[in-house]
Amino acid sequence: MKTGITLAALLLTATIASAQAAAPSPSPAAQTSAPAGNADAGKKLYSSFGCYQCHGYEAQGSSATGPRLGPKPIAWAAFSRYVRRPTNQMPPYTEKVVSDADLANIYAFLQARTAPAPVANIPLLK
Amino acid sequence: MPKKTSVARRNFLKSAAVSSAAALVPSSVAAAAAPAPAAAQAAAQGPTAPTPQREADPRPDAEDITTDRPGGDFMVDVIKSLGFEYVASNPGSSFRGIHESIVNYGNNSMPEFITCCHEESSVAMAQGYFKAEGKPMAVLCHGTVGLQHAAMAIYNSYCDRVPVYILGGNTLDATLRRPGVEWQHSVQDAAAMLRDFVKWDDQPVSLPHFAESAVRAYKIAMTPPMMPVLVMIDGGLQEDPILPEIAGRLRVPRLTVATPPQGDSGAVAEAARLLVNAQNPVIIADRAARTPAGIARLVELAETLQAPVVDQGGRMNFPSRHPLNQTAGGRRLITNADVILGLELTDFWGNTNASRDALYRSSRSIVKPGTKLISITATDLFSNANFQDFQRYPEVDVAMAADAEATLPALIEACKKLLTADRTRVMKERGSRFADASAKALADAREEAAFAWDATPISTARMQMELWAQIKDLDWSLVSSSGNASGWAERLWNFDKHYQHLGDSGGAGVGYGAPAAVGGALANRKHGRFSVTIQGDGDFMYAPGVWWTAAHHKIPLLAVMHNNRGYHQEIMHLQRMAGRHNRGITRAHIGTTLDNPNIDYAKIAQGMGVHAQGPITNPNDLGPAIKRAIEVVKSGEPSLIDVVTQPR
Repeated sequence: MKTGITLAALLLTATIASAQAAAPSPSPAAQTSAPAGNADAGKKLYSSFGCYQCHGYEAQGSSATGPRLGPKPIAWAAFSRYVRRPTNQMPPYTEKVVSDADLANIYAFLQARTAPAPVANIPLLK
Repeated sequence: MPKKTSVARRNFLKSAAVSSAAALVPSSVAAAAAPAPAAAQAAAQGPTAPTPQREADPRPDAEDITTDRPGGDFMVDVIKSLGFEYVASNPGSSFRGIHESIVNYGNNSMPEFITCCHEESSVAMAQGYFKAEGKPMAVLCHGTVGLQHAAMAIYNSYCDRVPVYILGGNTLDATLRRPGVEWQHSVQDAAAMLRDFVKWDDQPVSLPHFAESAVRAYKIAMTPPMMPVLVMIDGGLQEDPILPEIAGRLRVPRLTVATPPQGDSGAVAEAARLLVNAQNPVIIADRAARTPAGIARLVELAETLQAPVVDQGGRMNFPSRHPLNQTAGGRRLITNADVILGLELTDFWGNTNASRDALYRSSRSIVKPGTKLISITATDLFSNANFQDFQRYPEVDVAMAADAEATLPALIEACKKLLTADRTRVMKERGSRFADASAKALADAREEAAFAWDATPISTARMQMELWAQIKDLDWSLVSSSGNASGWAERLWNFDKHYQHLGDSGGAGVGYGAPAAVGGALANRKHGRFSVTIQGDGDFMYAPGVWWTAAHHKIPLLAVMHNNRGYHQEIMHLQRMAGRHNRGITRAHIGTTLDNPNIDYAKIAQGMGVHAQGPITNPNDLGPAIKRAIEVVKSGEPSLIDVVTQPR
C-alpha cells in the first residue's frame, strides 16, 4: 500500500516535471520575479482557497497555525515553490488545485497588504 | 432512630457481604425462595396447600414508614469531614437519598449543591475549580446515564492530573429495584466503563465501608499524580434507616493526605551536577506548579542556574514577564541545549523531536547528540494501558518518578551546593542575555499584534488586548481559554499569580472550556477575583446549559467569545487532507463550520439569564462592550460578549 502510493507520487512528480520542461515558456511558478497579478481577484482566491484558515483574512499569520504572509511576502520563487511542495506542516497546493495564474493573483493580494500602524500609535499595545 | 427495624434493603446487602446469605434471611423468606421442581412441589403441598408467595423480597412494615436517620445522613457527615465546598450535579433518582440529606440534614452547606444541566458540565466545573482552589469539588452522578455523560470530562481530568471526587448513585439489589427506569439506571459494575481513566474506585456495601472508601478515595485522588476517583453509593445505603447494629460501628475515619513523593537523593544530586555544569541548560515546565509555592520554587531554581524556562502552560508555572521566561524562543533553546530538565511534562519526546504530518509521517530528533535529559514526573508512578495519553517513550538520562514541585527544594539546595565562583560568573552572563531576549520577545509580539488590528472579523490579538486593557488593574484570573486564540494573552499579558492561568483540558476534549471556566470562577468568587474566559464557539455548543448554572448560582464571570464560526482545527484538517489528496479545498467547510445560519450566542446566553452582548464585528465596538460587561460581573453576575473573530 505504502509502496504503491510512493510510486504513484513519484510518477505524478515526474509527469509534472516533464510537462514543465517541455513547455514553450516558463510557467509563472517557475519565474523568479513576481508575475503580474490582480490583487482584487487574489483577495477572492485567497479566501476561496482557504489560505485565511491558517494565515488570517489579512494574511497577518498566527503563532498557532501559519506565519504572516504579507505585506512584503517572501520572494515569488520561494513562495511558489513552497506552495507547490511545502516542507513543513502546510498541505501542498498543486497546479491542479491552484493554477499558476491564480497563485499569481494571490501573490498580488499579499503584496497589496498594507503595513500596520506603528505600535507606538496603538495605545492598547504600548 | 427507629425503635423497630424492618427487613430493609440494607439487611439483604449486608447479608450478601457476610457469608451465608441463606442463614441470615428470615426463614419464611428463605422457604419461599427455595427452588423446587414444579411437580414435586405441587405433590408435597397437596390440593389444600397455600399458594406460595411469588416474591421472596422483604415486605415493608406498614407501621414503619419514616425514618429520622437515613444512611445518607451519615454519608453527609463523612463528606463534610473532607471539606468539600460544593457538590456539582445534575439531579438523578439513583442518588436522591444523599441529595436530600445534603440539602436538608447537611443544610446545603459544605457542600452546597450546584445544579448542573449535564454531567460533563459537573465534572469539568470540578476540574476548573480544583485548579483555582487547590482542593477537589465533589460531583454526584447517576451510575449509568450520568457517568456516561460525564465520561469525557473525567477523561480530561485524568489527563490533566486533576482530582475530581465523583459519587455515583446505583441500586445494587435487583429484587428491590422499581420496575422500569431504575433498571436501566442500575449497573453491576459502574466503574468498569471508567476504570481506564480513574485512579481508584469502589462500591461500598455498608455504611462503615462507605466511610473508609470515601476517605481513602480522597487520599488517593490527592496523592500525585492526582486523578479522578469514583465511589459508588447504593440507593439502599442512602435511603434506608441506619440499623442499630450498624450505628455503633459508624465513625468518620481520620484523613491524612499523603505527602507528595520527592525524588531520590542520588538522582537529585546527579541532576544538580548536570544542571550546574551545563553550558546551555533549559527547563521545560508543564504541570509543574501545583500550588503558589511551586511557582516560587521554579523561579528560585531558574534564578539559581540562570537557566531559561519554557512554560508549556499546563499550570501557571512561571511569571510570563520574568526575564528567564523564554517560552517564545523555546524551540531554538531546546535545539541548542546540552541539558534539558523536564518538569511534569506530558510529552518529553514531543519536546525533543519534530514530527511532520504529511503523506508519509516522519520525525527526527531536534536536540544535539549527547544532550542530557532529566525528567521529574509523578506520572511515572501511575500508568494505565488502554488510553494512550502517555505519548511516545522518551529516552531520558535521569528519570525521577516523583512530584516535581516537591522535589524542587532538594534540587535547588543541591545546585546551590555545587556553585563555584566560575560557574556563578558564567550563569550571570547567560542570564543577562535572556533578559535582552525576553524584552525583545515582548516587543516582537506587540509588533505582530498590530497586524490586522482594525480588521473585521476582529483579530484575536485585538480581542485579547481590548480585554487586557480593562482587566489588568483588577485581581484577574484567566480561568479558561478555548478555541485556540493564538496565545496572545500568554505572550502579552502579565501573568504572575497561580490563579491567573489554569491550563487547559488535558485530554483535548472539546466542551471543557465553558464549564471549567464556570468552575474556576466559582472558586474565585469568595476570593473576590475577577474571572475571565476566552470562550470558543464550538466549545460553547457542547453543553451550553452551564451558563444557566452560572446565572442561577450567581457566579461572576466575563466570557469573551472567540467566535470563528467553525470547528477550526477540523477545517484545517480537512484542508490538509484535501490538499494532500490533490482535490482542492472548496468543500473543507462541509461538516466543520458553524454557520448558515450563524448562531446567536448572545441570545442563547440571554435565554438562560446571562447578561450578553453581540455579535460584535466592529473592533471599535469591543472596548465599550467589555466595559459594560465588567460592571455586570462586578455586581456578581456572569456576562458574555460574542465576538466574531479571525480564525486564529
